Amino acid sequence: MSPDRLIYMANQIGTFFRSQGHDKAVPGITEHIKKFWDPRMKRAIFAHLDAGGAGLEPNVREALTSLKQSLPATP
Amino acid sequence: MSLIEEIDFGTPRSKSATMVTLTIDGKEVTVPEGTSIMRAAMDAGHQIPKLCATDMVDAFGSCRLCLVEIEGRAGTPASCTTPVMSGLVVHTQTERLKTLRKGVMELYISDHPLDCLTCGANGDCELQDMAGAVGLRDVRYGYEGENHVFAKSNGEANDAWMPKDESNPYFTYDPSKCIVCSRCVRACEEVQGTFALTISGRGFDSRVSPGMSESFLGSECVSCGACVQACPTATLTEKSVIEIGQPEHSVVTTCAYCGVGCAFKAEMRGEEVVRMVPYKDGKANRGHSCVKGRFAWGYTNHKERILRPMIRERIEDPWREVSWDEAFSFAATKMRGIQKKYGRDAIGGITSSRCTNEETYLVQKLIRAGFGNNNVDTCARVCHSPTGYGLSQTFGTSAGTQDFDSVENTDVAMIIGANPASAHPVFASRLKKRLRQGAKLIVIDPRRTEMVESPHVKALHLPLMPGTNVAVVTALAHVIVTEGLVNEAFVRERCDWSEFEEWAAFVAQPRNSPEATAILTGVDPKDLREAARIYATGGNGAIYYGLGVTEHSQGSTTVIAIANLAMATGNIGRPGVGVNPLRGQNNVQGSCDMGSFPHELPGYRHISGDAVRDQFEALWNVKLNPEPGLRIPNMFDAAIEGTFMGIYVQGEDILQSDPNTKHVVAALSAMECVIVHDLFLNETANYAHVFLPGSSFLEKDGTFTNAERRIQRVRKVMTPKNGLADWEVTIGLAKAMGFDMHYSHPSEIMDEIAALTPTFAGVSYARLDELGSVQWPCNEKAPEGTPVMHIDGFVRGKGKFVVTEYVATDERTGPRFPLLLTTGRILSQYNVGAQTRRTENVVWHAEDRLEIHPHDAEQRGVRDGDWVRLQSRAGETTLRAEITDRVAPGVVYTTFHHPDTQANVITTDFSDWATNCPEYKVTAVQISPSNGPSDWQKSYDAQARHSRRIAPAEAAE
Repeated sequence: MSPDRLIYMANQIGTFFRSQGHDKAVPGITEHIKKFWDPRMKRAIFAHLDAGGAGLEPNVREALTSLKQSLPATP
Repeated sequence: MSLIEEIDFGTPRSKSATMVTLTIDGKEVTVPEGTSIMRAAMDAGHQIPKLCATDMVDAFGSCRLCLVEIEGRAGTPASCTTPVMSGLVVHTQTERLKTLRKGVMELYISDHPLDCLTCGANGDCELQDMAGAVGLRDVRYGYEGENHVFAKSNGEANDAWMPKDESNPYFTYDPSKCIVCSRCVRACEEVQGTFALTISGRGFDSRVSPGMSESFLGSECVSCGACVQACPTATLTEKSVIEIGQPEHSVVTTCAYCGVGCAFKAEMRGEEVVRMVPYKDGKANRGHSCVKGRFAWGYTNHKERILRPMIRERIEDPWREVSWDEAFSFAATKMRGIQKKYGRDAIGGITSSRCTNEETYLVQKLIRAGFGNNNVDTCARVCHSPTGYGLSQTFGTSAGTQDFDSVENTDVAMIIGANPASAHPVFASRLKKRLRQGAKLIVIDPRRTEMVESPHVKALHLPLMPGTNVAVVTALAHVIVTEGLVNEAFVRERCDWSEFEEWAAFVAQPRNSPEATAILTGVDPKDLREAARIYATGGNGAIYYGLGVTEHSQGSTTVIAIANLAMATGNIGRPGVGVNPLRGQNNVQGSCDMGSFPHELPGYRHISGDAVRDQFEALWNVKLNPEPGLRIPNMFDAAIEGTFMGIYVQGEDILQSDPNTKHVVAALSAMECVIVHDLFLNETANYAHVFLPGSSFLEKDGTFTNAERRIQRVRKVMTPKNGLADWEVTIGLAKAMGFDMHYSHPSEIMDEIAALTPTFAGVSYARLDELGSVQWPCNEKAPEGTPVMHIDGFVRGKGKFVVTEYVATDERTGPRFPLLLTTGRILSQYNVGAQTRRTENVVWHAEDRLEIHPHDAEQRGVRDGDWVRLQSRAGETTLRAEITDRVAPGVVYTTFHHPDTQANVITTDFSDWATNCPEYKVTAVQISPSNGPSDWQKSYDAQARHSRRIAPAEAAE
């Protein structure tokens, strides 16, 4: 899916959690994307992350990195 | 089966706990203090003759028919206005009373037409009944004197006679049959709260008058039907009764319009509906109704309803009518073909909040178990998905906390982003009743809504700029925290204290004060402070909210902010308080409960949970996919990308109701198989390859769950006109796709739901028949259901405070688009209007209008009624302007009931951060004068006409 849209959505999630501080925000974002995003959306944002992850907020980038590591390799 | 007769006790029930014993006609009767003698007698089975009394309204004492004699008291008091007292000895039938009553009836009848045999109320007339009850045999006065009955007397025009008023499309007012009992006037005041009716004149000149002697249609009347129901004669009668005759049997069922979930008696003749009458035992509506449920059911046999399945290869082709089997096999082949070509996850479906729980459950089962993915979503995505998220985060359940009866104990009602007088009218009437008793009202809405302007209701209105809900609710919290109004005992006992402290420190920051945020919100800080104080200290505070809260980029954040506010003030866990989402559609709560969201199974359990999945896998005998599926907006994106190519849409018009129509058109056009299952060729069907005709709520069995979590039966009163109930259609499609589901009745589906869903464990059709309805959770711990939630503690354990930072939406006004558009509903129309536009309700609202402030209109040279072009970054349309100061300068408003307006061409792709619920309520727009429909409207109309063609049937051999 269009990475622009997914970047926007991921950053929106990041913005909500930002005021909770870095230590709560990162797991909060990770959990949210894990619970609500369909696999093709996750694959697309991970691909974008691998390509440098331009446009992702720092907390979001960290959350996506940890989510990617926690999931089994894409089938 | 026969007609369900409800007992009319004559006066309302007393709520007193003190009991009083008296003797009526030699029988001892014990009733609550404050009960009338009339009601006590009815309790004992003795019906005292009456005309002006009915138990929906307070006693009035005007007809003088219900007189009784009381030992030791002089005279013959009216039993409706005389309360019981301990030890009274009452006689309801004596020689003296008989003579008096006969005299009263004789006078009534001397000024009443004697056309009983041809009268619309023949067989259902209390005046006729009372003439019989008192044994009236003769009218000594004759009928020639001064009267209201005849158009002419002695060849001269009779000034006291008035012609019938047939202006209302659903009922007639025949003044010649009126006995001026004022039941209609009181019903309009006390039950509905509109005050449209009055009695004009005095004595013999007394007349029921809509407004200032206007027609019913021309007056403030909202056509709720309460007056018609209250009328004891043929003065106010349903036109359908006049046309068809009296019903012979009735069935209790549930209205299929809004989330209030009114219980109705469908009064029938054979399989023809004569009328729908609100059911007094209905616990959501308590015998009241609105114009939609009461009268607007004619769409069920509208000529545009499609009754035969249809298919086509390409959307440019005309439709071809086929058998059910051919339609199922055509659809199944296409859907399986797509899966083969693009992968298992390339198809999905949408369940309907219009359909029953059982039907919704089957659709999600078909998708999860039959399609083998979790690409299921529902129209709740675009309305209350943030409620699900926000309330489950803070309280632990995805639903409102109260029942509607709770409002009777409310002292302060705060309404945020909702207009119940238009969208949830029966609840609004119940709320207004409480407000007239002295409860306070705070309304947070960009518009001065009908709630703000109700008669005898004083609202503190905070007119905020669209998109600033979080700032306003957080500012309320700021006042509550900084002025020391927090209910600390409640918070310490029920909530996580450290989370509270973190939250309190956040909201207390000066930048969150009403004064600091006023520049964004436009709300007067003085008013905001007053509102916060009233809510926190005014007694039982209840928050009711609607889509004005959820349909924003920060929809979920606002829901959380509201929950924070209720917890901080201790307004949770008892009657009269709570956080109450006003649900849009009849079964939007149910469709969420039934696992319609892509990430969770029935009962709000995440699909990734192994234990939960095991349970479903065992019963369904399939392997389930543990990954969440696509949400509706994601489906559209994936379709355009080419990875989502087939969809089964049950009872939702995504093209008209979802935002950014052009984007939806692009998505639907990209798909290879669109299956629409609906009553009508809706807008989505213009892009469909398979059309499966649906059945109306009158044609099937099932249950709906309303906004108070109340599960109520929907009962079949006629054979499906399309041949199959919707649940049978889903089973047919599933079978053709190689996934067999075996149910012979919806009750068996409910049994499966109960077996798999802990909050529904105690629900069965037998239980519902026995109790009338139940509110979930209904299980071993709460066998009769749960009217109020979180009584001894929150479902999630400790209530969770979450920090709610205001973030402005990215949809900004600027020089090109300087105004903010917000949208809403009107009383007489319902959502996309598929039903109500196909009823006589169009007399109240034939087109969408754009409300604009006089200042903004003047600047643009727009006059009232002019065509204007409404343009946003997403698209443009045209509609006519209505100049009003209900909206603030800078804000414009429209409804979205008509497809030719296409309000969603204007709305954008922005959505709630947590749930992707679209941001319908804020769009930056510009307005300019226009000559008529835009190019888009013209080309859309042409495409729609082309697409709706149905090929003529081939001649039989």
